[in-house]
Amino acid sequence: MSSANTAHSVVAPSDTSKRVAGTIVIVYALITLIPLVWIFLTSIKSPPDSISYPPKIVFTPTLEGYCNLFTTRTRQTPDYIAALPEPTSTCDEVTRKRNMVIAGPSNFLPRFVNSLVIAFGSTFLAVFLGTLAAYGFSRFKVPLADDLLFFILSTRMMPPIAVAIPIYLMYRELGLSDTALGMILLYTAVNVSLAVWLLKGFIDEIPREYEEAAMIDGYTRLQAFRKVVLPQATTGIAATAIFCLIFAWNEYAFAALLTSGQAQTAPPFIPTIIGEGGQDWPAVAAGTTIFLVPILVFTILLRKQLLRGITFGAVRK
Amino acid sequence: MATPAPIARRVRGLSDRAIAWAFIAPAITLLLAINIFPLLWAIYLSFTNYRANRPNAVVEGVGLRNYQRVLTDPDIWQAMQTTAHFVFWTIVLQTVIGFALAYLIDRKFRGHAFWTTIILIPMMLSPAVVGNFWRFLYEPQIGLFAYAASMVTGIPTSEIRMLGDVSLAPWAIIIVDTWMWTPYVMLICLAGLRSIPDYIYEAAEVDRASSWRQFWSITVPMALPFIMLAVLFRGIENFKMFDMVTLLTGGGPGSVTEVASITLKRAAFESWATGRASAFAIILFVAVFGLANIYVKALNKVKQR
Repeated sequence: MSSANTAHSVVAPSDTSKRVAGTIVIVYALITLIPLVWIFLTSIKSPPDSISYPPKIVFTPTLEGYCNLFTTRTRQTPDYIAALPEPTSTCDEVTRKRNMVIAGPSNFLPRFVNSLVIAFGSTFLAVFLGTLAAYGFSRFKVPLADDLLFFILSTRMMPPIAVAIPIYLMYRELGLSDTALGMILLYTAVNVSLAVWLLKGFIDEIPREYEEAAMIDGYTRLQAFRKVVLPQATTGIAATAIFCLIFAWNEYAFAALLTSGQAQTAPPFIPTIIGEGGQDWPAVAAGTTIFLVPILVFTILLRKQLLRGITFGAVRK
Repeated sequence: MATPAPIARRVRGLSDRAIAWAFIAPAITLLLAINIFPLLWAIYLSFTNYRANRPNAVVEGVGLRNYQRVLTDPDIWQAMQTTAHFVFWTIVLQTVIGFALAYLIDRKFRGHAFWTTIILIPMMLSPAVVGNFWRFLYEPQIGLFAYAASMVTGIPTSEIRMLGDVSLAPWAIIIVDTWMWTPYVMLICLAGLRSIPDYIYEAAEVDRASSWRQFWSITVPMALPFIMLAVLFRGIENFKMFDMVTLLTGGGPGSVTEVASITLKRAAFESWATGRASAFAIILFVAVFGLANIYVKALNKVKQR
């Protein structure tokens, strides 16, 4: 499908229609950004500011939300706090203002690290296995190739809870419950279908003649794959990797059902952040902000490949 | 293109057939181990009275009783209806707004590429983490959404209980889903609009077809396969909807937002009726699979026109 970049002649939209279209789209874009801006603003509000009515747009920014996100605190008497030595960090200072002292680190950092390990581990495996399989499907006559490819895709149609029931039992037998390895294997399996479909599309686009020329020059098939196909497929592999990474990073259902302690990732953890008297919204917003920033960066990097990724390569533009 | 001597190649390295299998086998093995084996296990369990919280109890075959119970359970039919309601309204809203946005972006106003990227951001984010934050936006007294809604409608904020009100809660979820996934439909529709060659419009212009006429007899039919593809992907995803509902309402108030995934989760991980939950899971899978297959056939017909 080619994008119509050819010059519009009689069919070019008029200036007025462009202006009207632009205004509507920009207004829509700005409205959809409000929740995201609000997440960030809440993350730098103090707890009282965050729940004031009417909602505050002008306020004194504070790092309290971020401090609360990373620490656990205990309440102390003012006398006890007055007797303490000078605060050594900003977090010490804001915590003491609320008549509390920092008791230790919270679980956020380990959960965040789990997210990183599981997302990167499963992405690496899925892309590795996916690249090999995609090359196999792209270049060789595989018996029942269409059926196999459809089978690979159909594994994505299962509701995650339906998959989670037997996985839960299987992992219990194998000792993989609540382990990073178990989650990496599970996310790899889910992502490998996406990786195969996307990468097959990318590899299909690399002319076979390149490898054939290399093989005439004396390369073996494997050498041609490594030295000719892989370098050509770098963009596709990178885009696929980012899609796998985003899936694993954002995943909630499996993580919530199959992890509870040591292997828990950030998505099931963030909603459980509570302070005194209910949800600590600035801390939740701080965790959400930290969690979302990498995705924002990736979205901008990926914008040209997004369409392909979200349609399993069905629409290539 | 002359093929190089296959004999020489075979002597120098592995045969192509061996390489093909060596390349494909690991991925297939993983899928067999983590997707197919569990699926078969679930099928087996669905014919038993197994309970995951009593691993040492005697497991007995119960024939089709689990399926019979699932299919005659009014709660499950209620959950299926709730799911259908969500799927229907999210798809209608996302398709209408998404197509309209794509149509406007296709006017190629200045800066359209930048604003397209901005609009795409919500769909890349974690539905669970962002959905959780929407709970705050929906708070009746302090939430930004309730505040804005009360400014527009004049209803006091304390009465805009988006998540606590039986009639509002389903819409609270539909709004977040639409906010998040309209860009997805928009992006696919945009590809559809851009695939329509200019000369068709030029020919219509020569024939003096009105722009209204051009829209309905060129733009819509030619973008239709793309719209249908977007609907397929959204339909499958929303049929499985779990994250957002769990975090926003948990199925409540009462059970007005209890979609199939939530019922399934309760049966499997709260009642521990593993056998019955497996039967329900298989029924859901067959339903999605069957519907998707019928739909794809229809889609291919539209494409061939």
